[in-house]
Amino acid sequence: MSALLEFREVSVVYGGVTAVDKVSMSAEAGQIHGLIGPNGAGKSTLFNVASGLVQPRQGTVLLEGADITAMGSYKRARLRMARTFQQLELFGVLSVYDNVLTAAEIRRSWARDHSDSKADALQALERTGLAEMAQERSDRLPTGLARLLEVARALATRPKVLLLDEPAAGLNEQETRTLGKLLIGLADDGLAIVLVEHDMDLVMQICSVVTVLNLGKVLLTAAPDDVRKDQAVLSAYLGSAEVNV
Amino acid sequence: MQDLLAYTIFGLVTASIYAIAASGLVVTYTTSGVFNLAHGAIGMFGAFIYWQLRFSWGWPAWIALLLVVFVLSPIFGCGLEKALMRNLTDATEATKLAVTIGVLVALVGAATWIWDPNLSRPFAAFYQGNKVDILGVPVTWDQLITVGIGALCAVGLRVLLYRTRIGLDMRAVVDDRALVLLNGGRPDRASMFSWAIGSMLASLAGILIAPYIQLSVVPLTLLVVNAYAAAVIGKLRSLPLTFLGAAIIGLLQSYAVGYLPTSTVQWMQHVPDTIPILVLFVALLVLPHQRLRGHTGRRGRESFPVPTYKMALIGSAVVVGLACALAPLLSTQPLFSMSSGLGLGIVGLSLVPLLGYGGQISLCQMTFAGIGAVVYAHATGGGSPLGLVVAFVVAAAVGALTALPAIRLRGLYLALATAALAEFCDTFVFGLSSVTVFGHHIPLFGNGTLPAARLQVPFVDVSNDRVYLVVLAVIFCAIGFGIVALRRSRHGRVLLAMRESPAACAMLGLRLTTVKLAVFSLSAGIAGVGGALLAGLSTQVAPDQFSFFQSLPLLLLMMAGGVGMVSGAFFGALALGLFSTLGTMSSLFSRGSSLLPGLVGIGLGSQPNGVASDIGAGLSALVRRRGAQVPAVETDVVTEGWDEQCIEWEFLGMDGRISRREQQILDDSLGLKVG
Repeated sequence: MSALLEFREVSVVYGGVTAVDKVSMSAEAGQIHGLIGPNGAGKSTLFNVASGLVQPRQGTVLLEGADITAMGSYKRARLRMARTFQQLELFGVLSVYDNVLTAAEIRRSWARDHSDSKADALQALERTGLAEMAQERSDRLPTGLARLLEVARALATRPKVLLLDEPAAGLNEQETRTLGKLLIGLADDGLAIVLVEHDMDLVMQICSVVTVLNLGKVLLTAAPDDVRKDQAVLSAYLGSAEVNV
Repeated sequence: MQDLLAYTIFGLVTASIYAIAASGLVVTYTTSGVFNLAHGAIGMFGAFIYWQLRFSWGWPAWIALLLVVFVLSPIFGCGLEKALMRNLTDATEATKLAVTIGVLVALVGAATWIWDPNLSRPFAAFYQGNKVDILGVPVTWDQLITVGIGALCAVGLRVLLYRTRIGLDMRAVVDDRALVLLNGGRPDRASMFSWAIGSMLASLAGILIAPYIQLSVVPLTLLVVNAYAAAVIGKLRSLPLTFLGAAIIGLLQSYAVGYLPTSTVQWMQHVPDTIPILVLFVALLVLPHQRLRGHTGRRGRESFPVPTYKMALIGSAVVVGLACALAPLLSTQPLFSMSSGLGLGIVGLSLVPLLGYGGQISLCQMTFAGIGAVVYAHATGGGSPLGLVVAFVVAAAVGALTALPAIRLRGLYLALATAALAEFCDTFVFGLSSVTVFGHHIPLFGNGTLPAARLQVPFVDVSNDRVYLVVLAVIFCAIGFGIVALRRSRHGRVLLAMRESPAACAMLGLRLTTVKLAVFSLSAGIAGVGGALLAGLSTQVAPDQFSFFQSLPLLLLMMAGGVGMVSGAFFGALALGLFSTLGTMSSLFSRGSSLLPGLVGIGLGSQPNGVASDIGAGLSALVRRRGAQVPAVETDVVTEGWDEQCIEWEFLGMDGRISRREQQILDDSLGLKVG
């Protein structure tokens, strides 16, 4: 499989602090790539680099082989990269439906096709299980559902690459299981998904490959089983105990 | 060589005053997050009180100075922080600015009310007449004192911030307000102290600059725009860079006065006055700002219902009906006031898509109205409706051209850029006697005013003022209907989405620049139409009608009405008409005419949605009660006894109970109240 999204030796420096230090990783079509690490490891910064919200000090970001390092955020989205945010970025005054509809309409305007935005929006809501609360105002949703709404909004742009920043935070066990199934389904559809998540059970169950970041550096990129057993990972991130899957 | 030295010394004097004013702005902004647009008004008020004590009542200068700078100003600053500013922590940038504009406008109104603007007030400098000779250049004592005070402020602020406990608190609040609270500090106290310092520095600057310009309310108030430039060079954070910026501006201005042919080339006459404004504009454009990023600020509390076509039709019928009913009843002056209010209401409508939907702050809508009025005055052949179209197109084009460089800015910086544009037009463009565009000579305000014909409507006698009121009402409703249609369209949703989260919009593929440019152009065009209709009302255009200062009460009243709703603009128009009518009833009201909009603006801190949405909610509840007896939906669950619920803070030296607001900051930072 070919890498849809690729980071090559990416470094980000905030003032005197190196938040991301020569990180290389890639996400392939049909694959869920877990990105884990303790708080401050540089996970969200890497997402911000991918989406153009932060410029790296060095290194390149490639999307389907094309260098997008200096490209504006909106252009990256038009190359079919979508993301969710760790701190919610919903259109709070709009309803759940209008949040997703707006995304579908924006996509239709730049894609210049004649797709049915309403159908796209409804489909995204159905897929994320939010159809029943379509008329709710989005800023009144519980955090967990609000995160799902961000996923639905991203899906309405029909992405190839999906960056998810802690989508399971605030979800209960049942909702987390549903989210896991949804993400597996999306990967089966050919999406490349990068998942930042603190729920280790979810990461270990649905990711085909996991990259562990610590203090801005890649500690390990491997299959979940290998990550679980790696002593460096256990001591740096998970403490001394083994991951409970 | 002596000339150069003389201009340098005078430049340093001006720079010192700008530095004192700008450092006050920076100190308050960094500790409270509120950019105090009323900073100049506080300085103006301080200068007037000083004049009253020193020159009207004959008090000794040092007593008057100490009382104003070290007693009254800090008390005012503390009061302002406690009563207004600390409640704005989770307000949007627009609300924060509106409240400070409210203070500005109220102070201007109060000063005009107390001190008759028609009287001349000589304001002698300290030790007037005393001079010393420096390398052959005579320098007055007050100039030396001013530079000395400037230097003292620089040293004093440095010592305060880096050598005192309260300075440490103030710097800590800049970094992380919640963390200060979590560590037992009291950010509110630091903020209050900074507002006291800011007010002291504002008054000091006002008193020092008053001898160099007339002791006049509005010029003294707006002079602070020059200090904005220095503060922006300091990125609103760095005091050393702010002082450097003040030095650059002061010196450039002084050299421009000395070396530009201002007395021989007519158009260069006002160029020195525009230098700080140009520096501000360039600094805003050139200096690096924060890149677009997620979660840049707290979500706004402002929220407006989606308008329906049915409600728009009913509202239009009410507005036109009201105009038809009032037109025959009103006497000449109130009729003119209400017509003027409606004309201004059309300008105010331009803020609905721009600020209400798009969240873009503009302080120059009256400037666009002025451009529309000038174009209409020239383009219209005896009041042809085509003139309105031309006014719309040209104002929209000018809006797009001027917004283009400023469009990458957001929030406060965009507001400052639009303020700079308005000031530039006031001091330079509207001061020109004519301009030449593509070889066409276009007269401006050479004779003070421009004649303008009233809009001609077939089969309607618009020369009759009563009929013109109804015509204005119909045009208001037509534009309002268009704005409702915009809100209900996908473009309206996109504007709201951009207001809520620019970062999320960008990540959906939305090119924010295009959307901002489009809404700026539309807004400028609507303001241009409003300006054209105002020109038709008085059948002439005067630059004073469209000054920067006129944009401020307009913005306040539109926000007080509800800037996200067409009906809010109507309430704003009604209020403007009523206030203007009151002004015609008594000279006392006339002099304090800006006091009322100012007070209304101050109230926005606690009611950012304006009155229209409240009335709408009340009417909806009434309809629901009369209808199917459906119980009203509980929107917010209020925990009983929350006010009494306090946490005893027994460690890290904090001995008192924390306030409800401090509790909220803690909740937010600890994530206790999510969702």
